[in-house]
Amino acid sequence: MEKRVVFHNRFLPYLLVAPQIAITVIFFFWPASQAVVQSVLREDAFGTSSYFVGMENFAALFEDDYYLNSFKITALFSTLVTTLGLGISLVLAVTADRLIRGATIYKTLLIWPYAVAPAVAGALWGFVFLPGPGVFAWLLAQMGVDWNFHLNGGQAMFVVVVAATWKQISYNFLFFLAGLQAIPKSLIEAAAIDGAKPFRRFWTIILPMLSPTLFFLIVVNVVYAFFETFGVIHSLTRGGPAKSTEILVYKVWYDGFEAQDLGGSAAQSVILMAIVIGLTVIQFRYIERKVHY
Amino acid sequence: MAKVTLKGVKKNYGPVKAIHGVDMEIKDGEFIVIVGPSGCGKSTLLRMIAGLEAITDGTIQIGDRVVNNIEPAERDIAMVFQNYALYPHMSVYENMSYGLRIRGRSKADIETRVQRAAEILQLQPYLQRKPRELSGGQRQRVAMGRAIVREPSVFLFDEPLSNLDAKLRVQMRLEIKRLHQQLGVTSVYVTHDQVEAMTLADRLVVMNQGRADQIGSPQDVYNHPATTYVGGFIGSPAMNFLTCRIDTGQAKLTDDVILPLPAGWSVPAGEYSLGIRPENLRIARAGETAHLQLDVDVAEELGADTLLHGKIAGEEMVVRVPSHAGFHDHSRPGLVIDIERLHLFDRESGLRVATPG
Ligand SMILES: Nc1ncnc2c1ncn2[C@@H]1O[C@H](COP(=O)(O)OP(=O)(O)O)[C@@H](O)[C@H]1O
Ligand SMILES: [Mg+2]
Repeated sequence: MEKRVVFHNRFLPYLLVAPQIAITVIFFFWPASQAVVQSVLREDAFGTSSYFVGMENFAALFEDDYYLNSFKITALFSTLVTTLGLGISLVLAVTADRLIRGATIYKTLLIWPYAVAPAVAGALWGFVFLPGPGVFAWLLAQMGVDWNFHLNGGQAMFVVVVAATWKQISYNFLFFLAGLQAIPKSLIEAAAIDGAKPFRRFWTIILPMLSPTLFFLIVVNVVYAFFETFGVIHSLTRGGPAKSTEILVYKVWYDGFEAQDLGGSAAQSVILMAIVIGLTVIQFRYIERKVHY
Repeated sequence: MAKVTLKGVKKNYGPVKAIHGVDMEIKDGEFIVIVGPSGCGKSTLLRMIAGLEAITDGTIQIGDRVVNNIEPAERDIAMVFQNYALYPHMSVYENMSYGLRIRGRSKADIETRVQRAAEILQLQPYLQRKPRELSGGQRQRVAMGRAIVREPSVFLFDEPLSNLDAKLRVQMRLEIKRLHQQLGVTSVYVTHDQVEAMTLADRLVVMNQGRADQIGSPQDVYNHPATTYVGGFIGSPAMNFLTCRIDTGQAKLTDDVILPLPAGWSVPAGEYSLGIRPENLRIARAGETAHLQLDVDVAEELGADTLLHGKIAGEEMVVRVPSHAGFHDHSRPGLVIDIERLHLFDRESGLRVATPG
């Protein structure tokens, strides 16, 4: 049933949504439009004047091996963060749901990482993995591994994936746990009487019933890995070594603010914007409509 | 098919004692109804038979096998849940065949069984639908279908009709009865609705706070309630209870209200609770001596009958009289009791007192 508020003053509804619209315009539409404008301009070497170059900035991007490489890195990074984050938190949520229905200590502990600022999370994992004194680094050294994520690109990727995943696990966990607890217990019992063992119950009953949550979280996690891991990467690897952890967002910032290539940076952010819009469309179309049983 | 035997079955949830020790022998093919108010432990008892709750003490036997430590799947039972517990992402066909698929039956065998069950339950047109596309009654039937395709030895029902509207409930009740006559599978059925219990049961188990107060046929339970609790729970409106002192073959309610007792009752003098069903009283005919005078507070019109609510000797009393008798609020009819149908209970323990005679 639809519940609608009826306003007697014609202007009141507009007045009420005005602040929200103002915020959206000032913090989203205006910078976005600036990025679009900037992406078709090129500045001279001294930043004093700019001139129109059409799609040249974009064309240059797709000829830039570093940019194409950044795409690959982002794809790898977001796939790892999303699958690891979802996998681990699903296991945690299933365990929590089964063993200690509603035990708050467990939940509280698992929620902490979410409250930690990205830069702090980065610093924290930086210590753990710090070549030499870091706990993890020390353990690896004991096993004879030559560990230095400041020099080894693969190791650097490993570290940022761990830090970024760790931060997102709580969020995923909460949604999975809520999703699991919303599944009527009698459904699981009916399946048990029907002869399904726990593993089979998970695949044939629990997971399908969790699918709306799962698809929602996939989109959220991809968006997170794409855009919200800047702080983690900045504090751990700064995109290095040799740009091996330079994801798209990091490159936008680096090219714009460090390399002072505003046009190229703007073009990259326009592409990122297109990706976000794409993901949002997928979320609305696919998830809200199709993934309902 | 199988008999089910419960011996001293107890259940504790931590310090809470939910079931205090139930003994019961369910015969092969029998339809047993466990009835009692909400919270008395009906579901707990049923779920222990199903294997969904651990048994704290005692044994449960299905057939000749003690099943205390046997998984629900291995007990050869099927259960129908109150909320139906249909798998929402599966079609009706998939719901009904899920258990068979897990047990590795052949496609042809599954097809035959599902089609036969669908035919019995008139579900053929809906086999490809999802549960959310069905009405409440149809979902209920799917839940039953899922139970019968497996051809288990025991059916367990936990309030399967309580989510349906009154009319559908009566209809489904009949269908369940018919189904039982057709299949003859041992059934244990839980309900809080005494009408459902009386109409379905071969034998009733009346539960009272974790104990089985009485196990018997509907007639037996109605005519010879073992406790005041059973007397009050079975029958609608509920049995009236009057405290009295019995002496020299008479029941004395107050100094001026004295009732005769059936000839031949031999009970020791003492304090008792006298049970009188509302339908075992009638209006005194002209010239007949009334046993009691009822001060009617409210006359409740039911159509065929009228319920007269009032007081006798300071105690609440309900009487069912034919509507045409024409009594109304604040009238004062004289009543005659069907003395042969009096029930006598011990005042302290509430247990039925044998009245040999
Ligand atoms: N999982 C449980 N934990 C603790 N107490 C429970 C649990 N399940 C049932 N009980 C208690 O056991 C008693 C019987 O419950 P139940 O068998 O569900 O009653 P009924 O089905 O007759 O309404 C109730 O007092 C209920 O509070
Ligand atoms: Mg119950």
